[in-house]
Amino acid sequence: MADELYLLTLHAAARGLRSGTFSSVELTRSLLDRIESVDGRVGAYLTVTADLALEQAADADTRRASGRDGPLLGLPIALKDVLSTAGVQTTCASRILEGFIPPYDATAVTRLKNAGAVTLGKTNMDEFAMGSSNEHSGYKPARNPWNLDKVPGGSSGGSAAAVAADECLAALGSDTGGSVRQPAALCGCVGLKPTYGRISRFGLIAFASSLDQIGVLTKDVTDAALLLGVLAGHDPRDSTSADEPVPEYGGELNGDIGGLRIGVAPEYFGEGLDPQVGDSVRAAIDDLRGLGATEREISLPHTEYALPTYYVIAPSEASANLARYNGVKYGLSDPQATDVDEMMARIRGRGFGSEVKRRIMIGTFALSSGYYDAYYVRAQKVRTLIKSDFETAFQDVDVIAAPVVPSPAFDLGAKLDDPVAMYQSDIMTLPASLAGLPCMSIPCGFVDGLPVGLQLIAPPFAESRLLQAARAYERARGNLPAPLKAIDAA
Amino acid sequence: MTTASATAYRVVIGLETHVQLRTQSKMFCGCAADYANARPNTHVCPVCLGMPGVLPVINREAVDHTIRTGLALNCEIPEYAKFDRKNYAYPDLMKWYQISQYDLPLCINGHFDVEVDGATTRVGITRVHLEEDTARLTHVTAADGAPASLIDVNRSGSPLMEIVSEPDIRTPAEAMAYGEKLRALLRWIGVSTANMEDGALRIDANISVWPQGEPIGDVKVEVKNMNSFRALGRALAFEIERQTGRRERGEAIEQETRGWDETSGATRSQRTKEYAHDYRYFPEPDLPPLHVTRQRVDALRAALPRMPDQVAADLIQQSAPEADVAELVQDRPLTDYTLAVIEAGASAGEAVTWIVHEFRRALNAQPNRGAAIPIPPAEIASLLTLRAKGSVSSTMAGEVLDEMFATGKAAEDIVQARGPQISGQDELLAIARLVIQENPQAVQDYRDGKGRALQFLMGQVMRITRGKANPKAVSELIRSELESA
Repeated sequence: MADELYLLTLHAAARGLRSGTFSSVELTRSLLDRIESVDGRVGAYLTVTADLALEQAADADTRRASGRDGPLLGLPIALKDVLSTAGVQTTCASRILEGFIPPYDATAVTRLKNAGAVTLGKTNMDEFAMGSSNEHSGYKPARNPWNLDKVPGGSSGGSAAAVAADECLAALGSDTGGSVRQPAALCGCVGLKPTYGRISRFGLIAFASSLDQIGVLTKDVTDAALLLGVLAGHDPRDSTSADEPVPEYGGELNGDIGGLRIGVAPEYFGEGLDPQVGDSVRAAIDDLRGLGATEREISLPHTEYALPTYYVIAPSEASANLARYNGVKYGLSDPQATDVDEMMARIRGRGFGSEVKRRIMIGTFALSSGYYDAYYVRAQKVRTLIKSDFETAFQDVDVIAAPVVPSPAFDLGAKLDDPVAMYQSDIMTLPASLAGLPCMSIPCGFVDGLPVGLQLIAPPFAESRLLQAARAYERARGNLPAPLKAIDAA
Repeated sequence: MTTASATAYRVVIGLETHVQLRTQSKMFCGCAADYANARPNTHVCPVCLGMPGVLPVINREAVDHTIRTGLALNCEIPEYAKFDRKNYAYPDLMKWYQISQYDLPLCINGHFDVEVDGATTRVGITRVHLEEDTARLTHVTAADGAPASLIDVNRSGSPLMEIVSEPDIRTPAEAMAYGEKLRALLRWIGVSTANMEDGALRIDANISVWPQGEPIGDVKVEVKNMNSFRALGRALAFEIERQTGRRERGEAIEQETRGWDETSGATRSQRTKEYAHDYRYFPEPDLPPLHVTRQRVDALRAALPRMPDQVAADLIQQSAPEADVAELVQDRPLTDYTLAVIEAGASAGEAVTWIVHEFRRALNAQPNRGAAIPIPPAEIASLLTLRAKGSVSSTMAGEVLDEMFATGKAAEDIVQARGPQISGQDELLAIARLVIQENPQAVQDYRDGKGRALQFLMGQVMRITRGKANPKAVSELIRSELESA
């Protein structure tokens, strides 16, 4: 058993630690060994903080020995490199932040630490969270543990791959347009993006501020509830964080969804959806009906505008958020430059990847005098329409069920030269992001040996309902007949 | 200097005034806002340094100060305001965007009355909004002789309020009067030190000149860099002359930004229209719109002091001299003090004049002067009563005041200890005769009808009696001696 501790879920490991079956140091060592043996092939981590993790684990063991406990005491977790970590290099997978060691912890990181978590390191991602395949990392691509020729999805590709390859018990990610749900679906783990404002963004390095939300990637729904309970809550340092009560997410997971009204929108099952993915999602909805839920058809008529709307708003905000990376205060510097303009041009030319440059240019253009009304203002209006589609739908249904991705994980390089094709992998996750709604991806089957996911979307702050439905489905589904992960094949 | 052309041309001036607010902490973080005399880069944190991942939190006190200012400038306070990002790249800006307010500022549609030579002009206030200040750049020569720029981030993120006037100002004198009165008002309501020399008050001007009878167009020149009201007046006068000259020569006036150069006494072009910034404003996604409740506005309005104009009108009504009143209401603590002295029984006219001149001189001469005035107003009222009765001369009143500051004793006690006034006719007469004898020129002046000569002779008597003579009695004695001689 001891050498397979890395396979555990958070809640199973917590049980083991509480009963004294193993220590946090043993658990942490098991994960560090696992990282050591597989991450060369997966590329899930940018930074592994082994010494820090073992120190935190020893401290957790000491605390437990003295009778203390915490919801995550001694549990090893990975952090997407978009989260600011005091004393630990934080790059957003961008060369421009190479060597940057922040002086402060993100609120989410502080909350994890206060709950007793052990932090294993920083996971790979698409640079500044811009991308859907993790191929836009400024350092190295991450790979899909089920098939190493396939992408893990993005932008939280490293976090999803780390969970799927059992290189952590759970990981934090961030979701701006699908960056938690899409890689979760492609890697076969659970991904939860809560309501915008549910988890503080303080210390989450901004891509698109009005869309960014921290999410969790876990091995099951119970773990997602456990992590959400630790992370959720108002933060006085984030004015957009919600001052809403935080329920006992884990305590409510009894699997009872009798009478739950599930909305299904044809807009999510149209052209472009791989029929096998569609079948898998429909089968999952049938399972939910089998548990006493009812199904209703709903309409989300503005769904088709989500993609262009997102690709105006997110780059616009990004163009301002990324302006501060000029080589003066942190990250790359260029002592050879003779003036500020030259320094900036050289630092940015070298430090930003092509996708980041593309989005900065799109955003700068969209906000420019003469174009602002036609692009940014109009996009905000459409965003309101998309939001009101959901509001209307939620008058009749409790949750909405949909696919997460139109097709399973694709080959590395397949969409790298076609940005629009790449953008289209987010087509089913963008609307809920634009509406700020809580949503999840739960593994619901395999297509061509690769995992696909069921997406559930709920009204604002109805994470409990979302988790309840997801947990009910997970129990009914049982263990999927999964193929052997490539990473575990001999 | 422009009198000839001023009749043929119409001058249009609008002012943009930046005011550093006096708050405990900075605009969007917890750093102390009072960084004066602090070592560079010691009042900083991840937020005002613009570190990756940080978020702003609105400073409530700064919003209150802005609303107070808006109310004092007769503005409307809309129920919703919002912050926006103003994007521009400059090394003094940590995030390379400034959080400011674009289309929904905190205060709109106000007005401010300005007096020049007895005539009042009403200047419209377009808006008052809130933003964050930038870091400070100092350009130096490094040890190796190369030019270098030093950044002090202490100022970065300090709350900065901008007051934008309508283009209702017509002369440099009006602009200066606007600035001076605005400075007094800001100090009066306690929102800023408003010291121009520290940069707590910075005024930029938009100015254009148009032929009389022709419509006023869009083109204007922005003038920056005026570090005093005098500089503001000079820069505007220079621009009027420059623009008038161009008009007369039939040359076009270009939309541009010009900087005032104090040394050469001229403005110089800094940036023309084709290089104008596109700030790419958009709503700040990190800050939800600000809901300004009516209760909040009402509470701030109720807590505002009476405005200087109202207080001044009252004092003038009570026959205080206008010039002294105008001087007094530049200084809120001194005005409050004066009102308390009047309340304690002094006449308004005497109190105002004496406090503006005598009292303020003595107060400013105090070493280690704190913010509070150490003498209870009732004591000053009783000193002024003694003076009014003639039991204390003006000279002696000044000395008594100095002693009050020095010892903290009551006015009456000091006067008593100094002994009674000399009002014995014989003693005074002897002194008066001596003075007349020794000052033949003054006597001649008096006979020639120069009123000041009497003052001079009285002063001599006071000097000899060390202020203990009753001034009324002295005046009568000297006069009768001179008339009878």
